[in-house]
Amino acid sequence: MTRDEITAGLAEILEEVAGVNPDDVAEGKSFTDDLDVDSLSMVEVVVAAEEKFGVKIPDNEVQNLKTVGDAVSYIEAQS
Amino acid sequence: MAGSRIVAMGHYQPSRVVTNDEIAQMVDTNDEWIRDRVGIVTRRIAGDETVADMATAAAGKALANSGLTAADIDLVVVATCSSADRSPNVACRVAAKLGINAPAAFDLNTACSGFAYALGTVDHAIRAGAARNAIVVGAEKLSDLTDWTDRSTCIIFADGAGAAVVTATADDEPAGIGPVVWGSAPEKSDAVRIEGWQPYITQEGQSVFRWATTAIAPLALQACERAGVHPSELAAFVPHQANARIIDGIAKRLNIPDAIIAKDIVESGNTSAASIPLALSKLVERREVPSGAPVLLFGFGGGLTYAGQVVRCP
Repeated sequence: MTRDEITAGLAEILEEVAGVNPDDVAEGKSFTDDLDVDSLSMVEVVVAAEEKFGVKIPDNEVQNLKTVGDAVSYIEAQS
Repeated sequence: MAGSRIVAMGHYQPSRVVTNDEIAQMVDTNDEWIRDRVGIVTRRIAGDETVADMATAAAGKALANSGLTAADIDLVVVATCSSADRSPNVACRVAAKLGINAPAAFDLNTACSGFAYALGTVDHAIRAGAARNAIVVGAEKLSDLTDWTDRSTCIIFADGAGAAVVTATADDEPAGIGPVVWGSAPEKSDAVRIEGWQPYITQEGQSVFRWATTAIAPLALQACERAGVHPSELAAFVPHQANARIIDGIAKRLNIPDAIIAKDIVESGNTSAASIPLALSKLVERREVPSGAPVLLFGFGGGLTYAGQVVRCP
């Protein structure tokens, strides 16, 4: 999977879970500050991402995923 | 083998209503944030009432609603994690105040899953012939365990009690309390803590949220399956009132669009073991669920522990 494909997949999840406009989702965007995803929605995003991409994202890793790019890199490395 | 059923419910809440705006005067938070994150608008906070006082008030109402008398009761079980006194236990205090003579009486602590654990235990006792008529209570005074300077927890927890009167069913009568699905996730024991003397409740919110929104729905479906009730038949779902977004997350996975989803958390906050009987008692009092209709109860919380069962609405 390319980084763009992972980003697109995350955009779908973010729209579904937190109502984020997919056009706003880009690697440099911060989940909290730019996309207004709160800590509980972030958990839902992570759970949905695990299912969608077939990866494991443990609780202690979630706090390191500050930007969409962080999540893309983590998923890319795991898959 | 004869089973058991809930005959009546009762509940008690302290009179003092605490709004989000009041909490915002104590810690850096606001009404919108609290509503959005946990779904609480108001909560009830006790004054002088002890856990035993609240448990007694709820149990007394349930007993009055049941048509039974104190003389009929032979088992009292109280689920609580916040009673300050170690002895006498809360169950004995309830029995003494209600004039119940010589019942088996004990407290049980599995934190927020306590009521469903207690209901399962009472059902088993009745099935085993060790009791005939029982009072099951969930009662908490979490305000005693709340750090009122910690904005991540003091917005959540509250006080109250709910109680059920449970009685044996006749041999030819269907059981009104389905098989309990219970267990724990001890590897996550650090996620909710009330540790040491004069403790405060602390929790890892994201970790608890993740566990509750992913692990609980499949267990709740197991409880339906074991009771022989299809989820689409459920009249109501009464989960532990932990957080409105956890409730929504579990309900979504259960796919029960026609069932009433109890959201007493909005006006009562998170009252741990008291939250399920409190919410169920209010549904019964408002006649929102027909008598005999299947209701799924599911508790989850500190331990981490969980328990749930399908019951027939009294």
